[in-house]
Parts: sequence; C-alpha cells; structure tokens
Amino acid sequence: MAEEKTTILDGVGVKRALTRIAHEILERNKGIADLVLVGIRTGGVHLARELSARLEEIEGGRVPVGEVDITLYRDDVKGHAPHLPVGKTDIPFSVEKMKVVLVDDVLFTGRTIRAAMDAIMDHGRPDCIQLAVLIDRGHRELPIRADFVGRNVPTSRKENIVVMFDADNRPTEVVLEK
Amino acid sequence: MGFKHKDIIGLQDLTREEIQLLLDTAENMKEISDRDIKKVPTLRGKTVVNVFYEASTRTRTSFEIAAKRLSADTINISASTSSTTKGETLSDTALNILAMKPDIIVMRHAASGAHHYLAQRVSCSVINAGDGAHEHPSQGLLDMLTMRQKFGTIEGLKVAIVGDITHSRVARSAIFGLTKMGAAVCLAGPPTMMPPGIERLGNVTVCTDMRDAIEGADVVMMLRIQLERQGKTLLPTLREYARYYGLNPGNLPLAKKDAMVMHPGPINRGVELSSYVADGDQSYILKQVENGVAVRMSMLYHVSGGELPTE
Amino acid sequence: MNLLIKGGRVIDPSQGIDETLDLLVENGKVKEFGKGISAPAGAETIDAAGMIVTPGLIDMHVHLRDPGLEYKEDIVTGTRAAAVGGFTSVACMPNTKPVNDNKAVTSYIITKARNEGIVNVFPVGSITQGSKGEALAEMGDLKEAGCVAVSDDGRPVTSSELMRRALEYAKGMGIMVISHAEDLSLVGEGVMNEGIVSTELGLKGIPWAAEDAATARDVYLAELTNSPLHIAHVSTKGALRIIRNAKARGVKVTCETAPHYFSLTDDAVRGYNTNAKMNPPLRTADDVAAVKAALADGTIDAIATDHAPHHLDEKDVEFNVALNGIIGLETSLPLSLKLVEEGVLTLPALVEKLACNPAKILGIDRGALKPGSVADITVIDPNAAWTVEAEKLASKSKNSPFIGLEMKGAAVYTIVGGKMVFKRN
Repeated sequence: MAEEKTTILDGVGVKRALTRIAHEILERNKGIADLVLVGIRTGGVHLARELSARLEEIEGGRVPVGEVDITLYRDDVKGHAPHLPVGKTDIPFSVEKMKVVLVDDVLFTGRTIRAAMDAIMDHGRPDCIQLAVLIDRGHRELPIRADFVGRNVPTSRKENIVVMFDADNRPTEVVLEK
Repeated sequence: MGFKHKDIIGLQDLTREEIQLLLDTAENMKEISDRDIKKVPTLRGKTVVNVFYEASTRTRTSFEIAAKRLSADTINISASTSSTTKGETLSDTALNILAMKPDIIVMRHAASGAHHYLAQRVSCSVINAGDGAHEHPSQGLLDMLTMRQKFGTIEGLKVAIVGDITHSRVARSAIFGLTKMGAAVCLAGPPTMMPPGIERLGNVTVCTDMRDAIEGADVVMMLRIQLERQGKTLLPTLREYARYYGLNPGNLPLAKKDAMVMHPGPINRGVELSSYVADGDQSYILKQVENGVAVRMSMLYHVSGGELPTE
Repeated sequence: MNLLIKGGRVIDPSQGIDETLDLLVENGKVKEFGKGISAPAGAETIDAAGMIVTPGLIDMHVHLRDPGLEYKEDIVTGTRAAAVGGFTSVACMPNTKPVNDNKAVTSYIITKARNEGIVNVFPVGSITQGSKGEALAEMGDLKEAGCVAVSDDGRPVTSSELMRRALEYAKGMGIMVISHAEDLSLVGEGVMNEGIVSTELGLKGIPWAAEDAATARDVYLAELTNSPLHIAHVSTKGALRIIRNAKARGVKVTCETAPHYFSLTDDAVRGYNTNAKMNPPLRTADDVAAVKAALADGTIDAIATDHAPHHLDEKDVEFNVALNGIIGLETSLPLSLKLVEEGVLTLPALVEKLACNPAKILGIDRGALKPGSVADITVIDPNAAWTVEAEKLASKSKNSPFIGLEMKGAAVYTIVGGKMVFKRN
C-alpha cells in the first residue's frame, strides 16, 4: 500500500505556531518567573528548546529546559518484548514549586503525558504542570487536555502524524501519513 | 535492537551490542538514584527472589536496591550449601522458589554452572550474581560502565587484571566483556593462579611480572586474594604476595598517569592494594559500587522484557 | 537347540579367518564352519548375508552395581544391556556395596548372573580389603571363587609400596591386576580435564599429568616385580607413550580405552553437561588422536566401556557434585565401528580389541569360534542406522552423552552358549 502524505504545517507554519504558543505561555504565566520547560523525548525536547529560545527573544531571560524519557513510566511495559531502550532523563533543576510546562510534539491518547507527569512528580512537587503540544490529533484515552496547542488536526486512528526535524533538531514540517 | 535473553548467565553469552545496550540503559538509570524519590514504577507487581548460597552482603544489597528502585517486590532467601547438613538439592530449591511465582531469580551459587542448570529448569528469568569461578556478569558490567564514564569508550583501552585469575569469576566476566568491547586485557598473577589457555579467550596476554601488565595501562583491576579459599599450596604468604602482586604507590606510576584503579571489593588493605592507592585520587572503587545499582537495574529491566516473540 | 548362521562374513582373528562362511552351532558349542553347510533337522537358520559374524564381544570393564546399588543397575538389566550391545561376556568391577573383596560377594554375583543374567559375568575382585588401599584382599580366595582379575577400580592404590606388593602377590595367585591410574593429589577437587574449556567454564581441572604420573608408577612397579598389569581406561597421550615404551622393553603391560575417549573431547562438557563427566575426564583433540593412533599400532589392546550407570538424581545436579561415569554397553559397538569407517582399524583388528584380546587378558575361555569353542557369537549389521533414545535403553540408567545421536551399526543377534539371548527387531 502506497503511503499518502499530506503536509499539515510547513516550516513557516511551525514557526508561527511556536511563536504563538510562546506568547500564550507568557500571557498565562505573566512572564517567565519560576517557569521551566520539560520536553518529552525526543521530539518534545527539540520543541522545548525552540520555545525556550523564543521566550528568551521576547522576554530577554533564559527559561531552563529539562528532558524526560517516559520509558520507565509506560503503562504498556509488558507489551514490549524486548523492552524498549531507556533514554536519558535530565532535569538539571529542581521542579519544586516551579511552573512546569511539559512539551510534546503530538498529543494523542494522553498516555505519554500521564507517564511524563508521573516522572516529573517523582522529581519534586511543582506548583503546576501545563501542557504545550504542537499538534493535538484527538482520540484521548485519559482525562488530559493541552493548555497550549499549535494546531488541532482531526485524524483517524489509523493515520499517523509525524513532526520532522532537520539535522540541527529544528522542526521543518508536520505531515499526516495515511 | 533489543535484549532478547530471558536470563543473564554470563557476558560470554552476550553480543557487543547487547552489552552496549545494558550499559546505555544503566547510564540512563543512574539519574533515578539521585532523586528524592528514588523509584520508577517499571517493574511494579514483579517479584524478584534473591537466592544467595554464598554470603554476600554487597551484591545482594545492590540487587535488592536495584529491584526496589524499579518498584519490584523483593524476597531474600539465604540457602545453605553446607555439605555436613545434607541440604536440599538445587533442583528442589528451584521448584520451591518457583512455587512463589517469581518473575526473576537472582542467584549466587558456589558451583560454576549452577545458573545454567537453574535457567534450564525454570520459566522465569535467571540473573547470575556469581557462580563459582565462572562468571559475575553484574560486576563485569559495572566495571565497564565505570571505565566508560571516564574514557567515553572501552575500545582500545589497556586493562590490567592482577591476582588469582583461576578462582575469579570477576576476572572471567571482565575478560569476556572487555575483549568483546575492544579492550586489550593483560593478566598478571602467580602462575599457580593462572588458568591454562586463558590467553586464548580473546585479546588477552599473560604476564608473570605484574609490572609488565600494569605498564601503560589505562585501568588496573586488582582482584581480592582469598587465602582461606586457595589454601597454602598456591602461595607461601600474603606478605610475599603483597610484595610481588600488590598495587602500591611504588608501582602504580608504571600505569598511565590518569589510570583508574579498580577492585571488586571487599579490599584486603595492605595485601593486593595499599591503602594509599585504595583511598587515592586514582581509585574508582566507590564509583564501582555506585554504578552497581544502575547496572543491576538495567539487567533486571532488560531480562523482564523477555524474549522476542517469534512471528 | 541347534543353530545355523548362513552366509555371514565370519571374522575370527584368533584363527586368521575373514571370509563368507556358514557356522553351525550344536549343543552350545561351535560344531563347524565352512561353505554350503546345510541345516540339520530341527536347527534354526539365521540368514546372515551382509552381516558380520564374530566371536561374542567381551566388555572387560563394566559396573553392574549389584549387590547394593541396584537402583542404578543390577545383574538382570546390566546383562540385558550387554546383550543389546552385542556383548556375550562382561567383567564387572568390585566397587559394589559391599565391595567384592571376598568370596561371598563373588559367589553371589556368579550365582545371580547364572540364574538371572543373560550373558556371562566374570567378576573382578578388589586389590585391597574394602578397596581402601590399606591391606591386600584375599586374592587366592577371590580367584578360586571365580574372579578373573583384581582392581580397586574407581580409585588408585595410593601407596606405591602396597601396589608393588599387590602385583607380586597377585602374580603368585595367578590373577591379573587392573590399575586405575590416577594421582589423587594432582586431581584434587578437579571435575574435568584441565585446559581451555575448564578455564572458560570456571571448573576445577584435572591435569593430564595425574594420569600419566600414576601410569608411569604402575608400569615401573610391573617392571620391578615382573608381573602382568592391565591399565584401565587410558585417556591421555602421555600415558599411552609410557605404555608403548614399556611394551617395547618387554614389560607385561596391557591396556584398554573406552569409546568415549576416542569419540568425545572435553568440549562435550560445555553447557555443564553432567553426562560428559567421567573419570578419567574427557580430554583434548590431541589425546583423542593419540588414543586412535595407539589403537592402530596395538598399544591399546582392548576397548572396554567402563559402563557406569548412575541414577538421574546423581546426574541431574550441579556439575561439580554430579557423579563420574556414563553408561556404554549399548553404544560401544557403533562407536567402535566408526574407527573402521575412519580407517583407524580394520574390522579384524577391531574384533581383536572387542573380543579376542579381552579374553586373553582375563584368561577366559572365550573370544574364538573354533570347533568345540563355547558358542558365544555376535552377529553384527554394520549398516543398521538407529538413534540412541533414553527410553529404549535396556540399562536401568540413562546417563549417556550419546542420547539423541545417530548411530550406525548394531548387534542383530547375540548368542551366548548357543542360545540366542538377544534379537534385534
């Protein structure tokens, strides 16, 4: 079966979406005080760095970026034989009493977000956790909702959404694979 | 690439890629032990049974901590192999443990091959925490992790291993693992403690003079000498052993300037290792212990992933 | 019952016969052999075309475990396994419970074998009382009761002085001493051959020198005392060199090897296979080559199995606590026939080592098919292909490293005293 690919966001579209999300984060949190970003490996980490750069452009201060690997928190560990390789979790700051913005590329069932929230909670007790995603494709299986969304894309379960990155880990486009 | 084995009996059975995967996972699991909440839910509901036929506080504790950090339930069984009180056979012990429905058995046993035997008879995973003079894979892995943290790679390292090679499972796992990862291993020890044919196990050379082995080495691994086990036919005295096969500030400079000094513990201070060296800047002994937990978490995680489904 | 074995290749090295002949057995004895013999009235005829007809095979080194260790084997099952393997006679070692160091035990074995066994059983008594290596056993009594040799098999006579006296004393009684040549202090806690495999597996090794040194001692003592000596289960290159040299200078030494010493190396231990654990241990490829060379040049006189049955509970354990030994009666013939296929031995030379020489060494009236000889005959199909299966073995124990392997060659008829005791289906 030949795969059909449709571009949902091109390079410019992705940039615009991220800029808008950065503004929304600032508006919601009234600046960057106590704000930290935690990207979910691996796409979410790249996007978190992009967002951090934009926040710095706008506000002139650095927002720290951490990365979380959710492999050890998956609810379907058993379903993977052999077990998936474990990626690096690196949160080089305390999340205690911080406003954590969790960043991922695509929000789908919500299970990854649940795992990431558990992982962050194991690092400390943040003031709050917010969720920023580039694409929300629906089909939630848990009561989870994004605070900041780049684009809502209605999909069927069989379809696949891929966020593409270039060699420098900068987002280039988002495609829908049928 | 995944880890396809039900058991980890020895590093001899693993490929370079599998060892790499175990080390990478261990590296990424280290972070868990640095948190306030030193626990991930991965092996929740799994039961790990530690069966130790030989006393070993540190290895057992390390496995126990590793299992707990992955949220597994752990049970410790100290079994006795005393030949005076004719104990239960290994086969019966295995069946009894199986009745507890464990997911992983971590065993230490005085008989080389005991894990081989056990793994063929139980459906759950078996991890070797040391079998006789055969293998001690978790020690081999933590040694390699410690080296890799310092040098970035194991490929091309010169590693000297000094001591009683014949009776050492630590040495065998190190040799199998290191040579597979591309290191050159130089062994030294009294010829009474050098098993025949060991130089045929890969990139391994044997030196009778310890100084030849440690010269230019990146890593010097000292083995624990156990006179009570070896008896008097292999060595005259510990005093003479220390003189010819001990690492001290006098001979350590033969190794590379920033060479690592390693020891599986517990140390006989003043015998194979002088306190100056054991507590010196080049000593990575405590780092090894620290890495032990991460390596054992990695082993527990990957064996519980089970075998590849055959499709 | 009379029997005519028609058209087989009759091989009897004791008479230099190797040709297609008919063989007539009457009243338990060989009546005649020749071409075109017709069956007398009432005689059963065996069509032996394509088969080999030999003097009944003799295994001069087996453990029947009876009395005392019948849970491993007994005279009934052990002689049955012998018959299946083509053996019409076996010599059984004295390490029973109690040890066969007195005529009461010897008589028990002989009586039970006569009543319940199906092949000839020739007991071997012990050299020392209780095989303890302290005091000589009553060799005169043992011989009179029916023992064909003495041995402390399973262990050496550690005292050189006692071994010297044993050789001297046995000579006076006209009984052969069989040596289990092993230096126990060199063996130590060893459980397999010392070498690269033991190094890899982390198992304690037994150096070849443990066998060589003990063989040398016993050969020198045989030379000193001018007594005959038979060395059991030779497995090393060095021991064979010692025996070869001794024979060349006229020492009355003979020796045997077992099929596993020319079929397997210590590689078989990998995986901690307890069915590859025996004493002496499986050696290296070099030793296997030396054993074959020594079979070819006549240094090794006999092939004996060292059939050593053990219960599953004694083998299904960690390697270092497993008991030594494997069963061998039912696999010896095909493994030995392989030597012919490999060109190590001619068929007649093989028959010598499996029948004629053991008879000669033990001084028993067997191993030949002359008119008037006791009709112990083995009819062999050298091409029979079969697989060793544990549940089909006649032996009570199943401790064989050859289980699951393909074999070529088998006994088709085993005839003891003119009576067919085994027929292969």
